[in-house]
Amino acid sequence: MNRFDWLSELIARCEDEHILLRGGSAAELAPAHVLNLDVEDWGRFAEVAKQQVIRWCAIWALQQDDENLLLNACFEKEGDYLVVRAPLELRSPVLPSHTPVYPAANRPERHMQDMFGVLFSNHPDHRRWTRHQAWSEEDYPLRKNFPASNEKSKTVEPATDHHYNFFQAQGAAVYEIPVGPIHAGIIEPGYFRFQAVGERVLNLEERLGYVHKGIEKIAEGRDPAGLTKLAGRISGDTTLAHSWAACMAMERAAKLKIPARAEYIRALLAERERVANHLGDIGAVCNDVGFAFAFIQFGRLREIWQRTNMEMFHHRMLMDVMIPGGVKYDLQGAQINELQQQHTDLKAEVTELMEILDNNTSLEDRLLNTGVLSPELAEKLGVLGYVGKASGIDYDVRRDHVYAPYGQLTVESPCYQYGDVASRVRVRADEIFQSLKLMDEMLTKMPEGEISIQWKQPLAGAEGIGIVEGWRGEIISFVRFDDAGRISRFYSRDPSWLNWPAIEQLIHGNIVPDFPVCNKSVNGSYSGHDL
Amino acid sequence: MLKLLNKIRKTGIVTEPVDRSAELDALGLEVKSIIDKHYAGSFAIRAVDAGSCNACELEIHALNNPLYDIERFGVHFVASPRHADALLVTGPVSCHMSAALLRVWRAVPEPKWLIAMGDCAIDGGEFAGSYAVMDGVNTLLKADVLIPGCPPTPALILRAVLQLLQGMHSR
Repeated sequence: MNRFDWLSELIARCEDEHILLRGGSAAELAPAHVLNLDVEDWGRFAEVAKQQVIRWCAIWALQQDDENLLLNACFEKEGDYLVVRAPLELRSPVLPSHTPVYPAANRPERHMQDMFGVLFSNHPDHRRWTRHQAWSEEDYPLRKNFPASNEKSKTVEPATDHHYNFFQAQGAAVYEIPVGPIHAGIIEPGYFRFQAVGERVLNLEERLGYVHKGIEKIAEGRDPAGLTKLAGRISGDTTLAHSWAACMAMERAAKLKIPARAEYIRALLAERERVANHLGDIGAVCNDVGFAFAFIQFGRLREIWQRTNMEMFHHRMLMDVMIPGGVKYDLQGAQINELQQQHTDLKAEVTELMEILDNNTSLEDRLLNTGVLSPELAEKLGVLGYVGKASGIDYDVRRDHVYAPYGQLTVESPCYQYGDVASRVRVRADEIFQSLKLMDEMLTKMPEGEISIQWKQPLAGAEGIGIVEGWRGEIISFVRFDDAGRISRFYSRDPSWLNWPAIEQLIHGNIVPDFPVCNKSVNGSYSGHDL
Repeated sequence: MLKLLNKIRKTGIVTEPVDRSAELDALGLEVKSIIDKHYAGSFAIRAVDAGSCNACELEIHALNNPLYDIERFGVHFVASPRHADALLVTGPVSCHMSAALLRVWRAVPEPKWLIAMGDCAIDGGEFAGSYAVMDGVNTLLKADVLIPGCPPTPALILRAVLQLLQGMHSR
């Protein structure tokens, strides 16, 4: 199959619909293909793309000068990525929305509305999203005239997020449960509002944005090393994959080819991150239904795993091991043997534990048919990673949009149709086994040589896109450099953007006490989403 | 069920001394006696994420894994600030969380202590200077203990909590 088989068909369909394409480029944001549009055609393009069964991935803008924004929307089909771009004048920042055809675009567009002050004319929901009330409705943090350290937003007695128009349900037996932003466990903050009748959930509405830290804004003006460090803190549990995506974007912008050994070590670490999180979460899902045995056992395995990270890579969670141009630490011969032994041991332990979990009827009772996300709904929402794989979405960036070194390795990816909590746990366990296999293959095939290459300053205005499979699924990063080799725009789309809305759907008809386990089985990142 | 029990038997007790140094072990025991004496055997901490990237939370979780098992010293994490003796704050305090943080602090009954955990909670860390964060807990409240690190390791958190208790009651 040739790459971009579908692109000529898409272009032909655009012509049929009189959508004027103002040229394209295979090089501008390679490996993604770029098509330029007029803003008037922005909405109709999405309609055509939807008819062609193309997946919506992301939307971001960047300010080109005092008067103009450049809009970007990213799409994917068969592992190939397309970025459509259109200019938008700031004196009338109105454009059509993608949300009517792609529900996945809902919150990302509202984020853009808050951060850039643009209006999506036919968006079904014009409420604020990322903005609460720390800065005024007329201030747009990602515009260039907004200072990165705006003192106005820092009041000692700040306003809470009053008067947000939550969805309401009325009726004789309907009651509401407000939860958050601070939750009862040791977890990130976010607000949930339930409407329920008896124990049954009628509706759930999420309100996120509490851990918004202005990451996109404070990325601006950083050097590549500084951005890598920041990207490693977008979501602490995904430090490796986010810093990889950011480095990949910067290296593509600088046309820098990193040594093959560095690629292998990056991938090895990314698989270690995947395994660590899956171990912790399988235990935590079981804990949420009172099965403490699994929580203790998987917690033990995760701790041993993290200690190896510390010994070999000097950080328990692998923060700051990634640098632009490569990685910071190499592997020695003895360590390779040690890792191989660890993979064998972990495989035996997880095999033994999963057999116990599978044969436990009380666990089966709580996890099977709980929190079901149907394949139809999953496709509509564009969910990613294990949430998608448990609901019939057979997509994995490592296999379908191959990046080094995965092209030289055998990438397997599980896929199930049931879409319940049990399936999401099953996908996690399968991924642990597959990652262990992959890591063994990497250790066998690991090329000799350098582990990093000297950074080279990119041209003014150079841009790059980085796409990797984090443990939650596809991560997309975009960077643009200024004329001094510093970042002028950084955008990062954590998979949680598309997975959070799934919880609102899969909770329907479940009982309130099953919310924690449903939520944990999806485990969206608050920080990765709030930015 | 037999397999499950067998796994428990095979795993045995994995909980280990706090550190390989006898000093920390001794500290642990001393703190246990302080907690037994002044807190009826239990010192309760409420953790609040005020804009953290979630790395600190994962390391707090690790404190509860069987290798550290912080509860053996009588230190445990509670769901409500009303039950807490201390508040453990992570994150740079995002502007969107500052109101909630102040409220939760007011909900903790006296006497109470405030622990700022991680570089972000100390001075904003990697996010310092952003329009969206308060540059650390001390811009709003007064922390009694600071635990540096990004994130601090479980051993460091444990040590800091133990030292806080020791400092409060050894005089």
